[in-house]
Amino acid sequence: MSAAKVLLDEEAIERTLVRIAHEIIEGNPDLERTALVGIHTRGVPLAQRVRRLIAERSGHELPLGTLDITFYRDDVVVRGGGEAPLHSQPVVRDSKLEFSIAGKTVVLVDDVLYTGRTIRAAIDALFDYGRPARVQLACLADRGHRELPIRPDYVGKNLPTSRNERIQVQLVEIDEVDRILLIPAPEEEQS
Amino acid sequence: MGDIRVMREDMRPPAPPPRRHLISIEHLTREDVERLLGTARSFARSLEREMKKLPTLRGRTIVNMFYESSTRTSSSFELAAKRLSADTISIKAAGSSVDKGESLKDTALTLGAYDPDVIVIRHPQIGAPELVARYTSAHIVNAGDGKHQHPTQALLDLYTIQDELGKIEGLHIAIVGDVLHSRVARSNIQALKLLGARVTLVGPPSLIPRGIEEMGCGVSTDIRSIAAADVVYVLRMQRERMQEGANYVPSLREYTARWGVTPERLRPGQKVMHPGPMNRGVEIDPRVADAEDALIEVQVRAGLVVRMAVLYDLLTGGPVGVQVLETTEVA
Repeated sequence: MSAAKVLLDEEAIERTLVRIAHEIIEGNPDLERTALVGIHTRGVPLAQRVRRLIAERSGHELPLGTLDITFYRDDVVVRGGGEAPLHSQPVVRDSKLEFSIAGKTVVLVDDVLYTGRTIRAAIDALFDYGRPARVQLACLADRGHRELPIRPDYVGKNLPTSRNERIQVQLVEIDEVDRILLIPAPEEEQS
Repeated sequence: MGDIRVMREDMRPPAPPPRRHLISIEHLTREDVERLLGTARSFARSLEREMKKLPTLRGRTIVNMFYESSTRTSSSFELAAKRLSADTISIKAAGSSVDKGESLKDTALTLGAYDPDVIVIRHPQIGAPELVARYTSAHIVNAGDGKHQHPTQALLDLYTIQDELGKIEGLHIAIVGDVLHSRVARSNIQALKLLGARVTLVGPPSLIPRGIEEMGCGVSTDIRSIAAADVVYVLRMQRERMQEGANYVPSLREYTARWGVTPERLRPGQKVMHPGPMNRGVEIDPRVADAEDALIEVQVRAGLVVRMAVLYDLLTGGPVGVQVLETTEVA
C-alpha cells in the first residue's frame, strides 16, 4: 500500500491563509460591503480563520455565513434499485446566513477546488438568499480537473494531481491536525 | 510520529441500495427516524428564506393517489414535492364499491407507465401500498391505509414534540379516544416507543383494541389519568364508522361527557395535539383546541417539512455520514 504524503503542514497552511487574507483585503477596497461564506464542511473553519486574519490586519470584522450545498447537488438522486450516487450523501448541516447578501461581495471559501460542481451548487444556494453584487471564490487547494467554467479568485496552493489521486485537507477544528495530504491512487486502479 | 489516517469518501457502496418505501413505522430504525427529523429541520430553515423552493428533486415525478378524503396530508405532500421542485400528479378517487384490489392494480399499472419516482398512496384497505409497490417501480409512501398505518403523521408528530418540548426520550404521551379505528394511534405508539417515550392509551374499553398493551403501552379507562402526561394526543372520533352498526359508545354526548378533553381535565401548560380533522365539542373542547398549548397548527407546519424529508430521503438513500471505507497507516 502506498503512503499518503504531506503536501502542506500546519505552518504552510497558516502562511497560505495569511496570504489569502491579504489578497482579499487588497481585492476588496470596500471591505464593509464584503462577506465571507464557508462551504460545509471544511470551508467553514477556513472561513472563520480567514475572517480572523482579515480582522487582525484591517480592523474589519466581516460578516460570516455558512452554506450546506447538499440540497443543491447535481447528483443527489438515486433511482429505485438503480445506480448508487458517486458520492455518499453528506450529513446535512446548517446553512446560516444571518445578514443580507444583497449588494455585497460574497467570498465563498472552500478547502479543495476540484470539478467545480460544489461551487456551482454553492452559487445556486447563495442566490436563493439574495442577489450579491459579486461572488468570489477562495480555496486552500486547487487540484485541477475542472468540469465547469469556474476559476478561483484566491488560491492557497495549486496541487496538480491525477484523477486517481486524492487531496485531503485536514483541519484542527475537525481532524485535530492541520495538513494537506496527497493520497496516491490504489495500486490496482492504476492503468 | 503520529499515524496518518486516510479516508476515502467517494467509493461506491458494495451493492446498489434496494428500492425503499415508507409503509410502516415498524420498518424504521431509531437512526432512520432521527435522520429524517434532522433533514426536516434543515428544510424548515430553508423555508425561512425568501426563496422557499429548493432545486433538489428537479425533474422527478411524484404521484399522489388519494382513495380517501384528505386535506392536510394530500396538500402537504403536494406542497412538499413542489418545494423540492418535483413535478406532481394528484389523483383523487372517491370511495368506490368495485373490487378495489383489482382496480387499484390497474391504476397502479397505468400510473407506473409514467415512470414516477415516488407514489404517495392513501387507501381504505390495509396493504394497498404494498400492492402498488408490487406493480410499479416507484418508491411508495403510505399516506394512510385503513386502520393500519399512517407513518408520516407519526413522524410529523415526533417532529412537533421534539420542537416544542426539546426532546422525546422519557416523555409521557397520553393518546386519548378512538384508538380502535386509528392508524394514527398505531403509527404513533410505535414511533414514540422507538424514540424512548412512554405511551398511555386512554378511552372507553370498547374503543381500545384488546391486546394493544403488547405494543408496550399502558391502558387506562380513567380520563383523569391524562393529567399525568406531558402531551395529550387527542384522536378523532371516527363518527362515520360508529354509525354503521356496533354501538361503541352510548352516544356522542355521553362520550364527550366522559372522555372529552376539556380545560378542567388538563394541567396548566400541558401540550395538546390532534391529527385533524377535529370534531370540536366532541373529542376536544373548543377552548382546548384554541388554547396556546394546542400544537395543532404546529403539527400542520411540521407535516410539510417532514414530508419533504421523507421524499428526499427515499430518493437519495438518505444523508448518511461520510463513510470511512479504508484506513491506511503510515509511519
